[in-house]
Amino acid sequence: MQYFDKNGVAVIEANFAEQVKEASGTEINRCYQCLTCSLGCPSAFAMDYLPHQIVRMVQIGLREQVLTSSTIWVCADCQACATRCPNEVDIVRIMDVLREISLREGFVKERSVADFHRIFLGNIEQWGRQHELSLILKLKLKTRDLFSDLLPGIKMLMKGKLKLLPERFKEIEKVRDIFRGAEK
Amino acid sequence: MKEKRIGVFVCHCGLNIAGTVDVEQVVEQIKDYPGVAHAEHYIYMCSDPGQELVRKAIKEKGLDGIIMSNCSPSLHQATFRKLAASEGVNPYFCEIANIREQCSWPHAGDKETATRKAVAIIKAIIEKLRRNISLTPLVVPLTKRVLVIGAGVAGMQAALDIADSGYEVVLVEQSPSIGGHTAQLSETFLTGDVIPGLVSPMMSKIASHPNISLYAYSELEDVSGYVGNFQVSIRRKATSVDESKCNYCGLCLESCPVKTASEFDRELAQRGAIYIPFLEALPQRPVIDRETCRHFGGDKCQACQEACPQNAIDFKQEDTIVEEEVGAIIVATGYELFPCTGIAEYASDPDVIDGLQFERLLSPSGPTSGEVRKPSDGKIPEQVVFLQCVGSRDPEHGVSYCSRVCCMYVAKHALLYKQAVPEGQAYVFYMDIRSDAKGYEEYVKKMVDEERVLYLRGRVSRIFRDGDKLKVWGSDTLTGKSIEIAADLVVLATAMVPNPGAKELARKLNIIVDQYGFITEAHIKLRPVETLTAGIYLAGTAQWPRDLPDTIASASGAASKILSLFSRRELLHEPTVAVVDPEVCRGCGQCVAICAFKAIELDPVKKVAWVNEAICDGCGACAVTCPSGAMQHRNWTARQFFEVIDIATAEYV
Repeated sequence: MQYFDKNGVAVIEANFAEQVKEASGTEINRCYQCLTCSLGCPSAFAMDYLPHQIVRMVQIGLREQVLTSSTIWVCADCQACATRCPNEVDIVRIMDVLREISLREGFVKERSVADFHRIFLGNIEQWGRQHELSLILKLKLKTRDLFSDLLPGIKMLMKGKLKLLPERFKEIEKVRDIFRGAEK
Repeated sequence: MKEKRIGVFVCHCGLNIAGTVDVEQVVEQIKDYPGVAHAEHYIYMCSDPGQELVRKAIKEKGLDGIIMSNCSPSLHQATFRKLAASEGVNPYFCEIANIREQCSWPHAGDKETATRKAVAIIKAIIEKLRRNISLTPLVVPLTKRVLVIGAGVAGMQAALDIADSGYEVVLVEQSPSIGGHTAQLSETFLTGDVIPGLVSPMMSKIASHPNISLYAYSELEDVSGYVGNFQVSIRRKATSVDESKCNYCGLCLESCPVKTASEFDRELAQRGAIYIPFLEALPQRPVIDRETCRHFGGDKCQACQEACPQNAIDFKQEDTIVEEEVGAIIVATGYELFPCTGIAEYASDPDVIDGLQFERLLSPSGPTSGEVRKPSDGKIPEQVVFLQCVGSRDPEHGVSYCSRVCCMYVAKHALLYKQAVPEGQAYVFYMDIRSDAKGYEEYVKKMVDEERVLYLRGRVSRIFRDGDKLKVWGSDTLTGKSIEIAADLVVLATAMVPNPGAKELARKLNIIVDQYGFITEAHIKLRPVETLTAGIYLAGTAQWPRDLPDTIASASGAASKILSLFSRRELLHEPTVAVVDPEVCRGCGQCVAICAFKAIELDPVKKVAWVNEAICDGCGACAVTCPSGAMQHRNWTARQFFEVIDIATAEYV
């Protein structure tokens, strides 16, 4: 089976649905396209494909299109879709799995979102808790977007909302255990 | 004629009538009208005290006619006629003056007009009643035997229900064996019942039932008569095999040099000109198909005759006509499939088959012994595409209705294919999934969730041969993208259409078919198993596409209607029918032509019309048509009509 879109022929990966189904543990084939997920999604305005379309594309194996979509990165994990789904398709879990695969295979479209995730988790791993100022600085260096939101940042700093130095969580080893466990 | 003593009873119907019509005023104006011996009003005439009032008046005033001025006759005419009869008044001397639906309701708010109109209506009915003649219902004899046309699953079920209740059944089947299309199937959806286990016991019960006379390879030649008294003649087509001599050895089948497409195997296998349609066929006897037989084609071939050790082959056998008398008829002529070639964009190819052909491929007794193999080269198909709604819901190329069973049997086909070829991929193109009965939705969902059948929402635009593959061009409207599938086998779920012979049969039976050729029921909601012709019932897919449980239900429904008809000793018929004055009739025959019920004949000797009162429905069409006035409707004569019209229009002329 081949799909034809505007760019010509789309590559189908027949076992993609199976892979996502296994990794997410959710019955993705149950979806009957009622659109409840997309209609309730608060981030839908920023997505290139709506959540129900992502589900359908996974079902039929449009692997590359799914993994390069912005949707999986724009999704805010708010759980509205998964809560409302009549077929108990856990779309949030599916998005998670898709992000993982996308990162692993270098398909990421919304690089800044992925960078944010990486730096956020890196900080946690380092100190056991978040340090906002270094998160901001690292993200700005990484994305080379140095001046956006500069004024509010300075204001927050003046009011003491952003701590200058990071604090280390006492039981940092336990946090690192979690990271090591996840890496396995 | 003796002047009747008429009582007029005006009902208030709560405020339904009394709110608009001044009932006291009506009584006041009616009570002195010629012929009226009594007039009164009451709040609810249909209530027990109201009826008591009428009884009392009949007794005390010696009334011999009553006029109930109340609601429509369809509501309480029967109530009051029964009451009249119980008081010794001829029920046809009880008339209804409808002053509710035809007066108080439409004139609400205009009491003066409504009252005037109510008086006019009652006076008009008084004039009619004064000229009514005393009648008694007609008694019609009832032959308690049934003719069932078609021995598919609907006909068999109806025949068994009636025969088991102790009445004789004449079962006529066009093809050499009973069983119908159901016998061609592999297994049922939902339950997975194997068809031979389901249909064969039914078939053998039919064949051995003491109350069933089976005429296979026969057709209905002619029908006359009416409910309770049908005379039917059945043409038993020549089988060219003497049944009394044949010992079913089968040597003739092997000897036949002709090879022609088997109807039972939907042209996927071949049969000889002398053949038994399938292994479990009943009656289990060979038949010579004279269309394909070389002997009848002018050749000298006598291979079967030479092979037969019993000398049972009789080339000179002729059709015979059997006459039977029955009281009721069930039409169960079943369905056919819309042809695969009906859609020009879908290649005419051996590997593009219809649903019944795929059933034969799945059937253990089929041409491939139950293995799914391509008809073209016998290989196992790895990519199978199923198309729903081929011809259905497509008024341009096929029919506009939904064939109702395809969604379910396609799901079954996909499941059975996946069971036969686990590594194969099944695709289903659908427009909507209609799974609207017990367990159906769950069954279809199972194919999608567990069996990994890929359901694609959209129609297929083209199917064409490309090397050893069939290219299927379609679209998945859920993603909005076009698709191309290189398929090995394409199965079209083509529309269910009526048996092509149903129209001709309906003409013989004087029943109506709809625009497609399905038999029309008397009322689609309230009388779904009866036709408009009394005594003729319908069952199964002759009426509309339906699946097995619905077919069985409609067949049993038709059977139970007949059993309730047969629970009476004889039939009663309304006497308010057409009558001819033979002195006046000049035999022009216009009434014969206009009668929708075929109730009128011309007496060949006297050259006057004759009405069969048992068939006449009392519609009055003949009386209106008759140029000489010889034809009159009992208790609605032209004279009565004119009197009524005179009063109704008195204030306008």
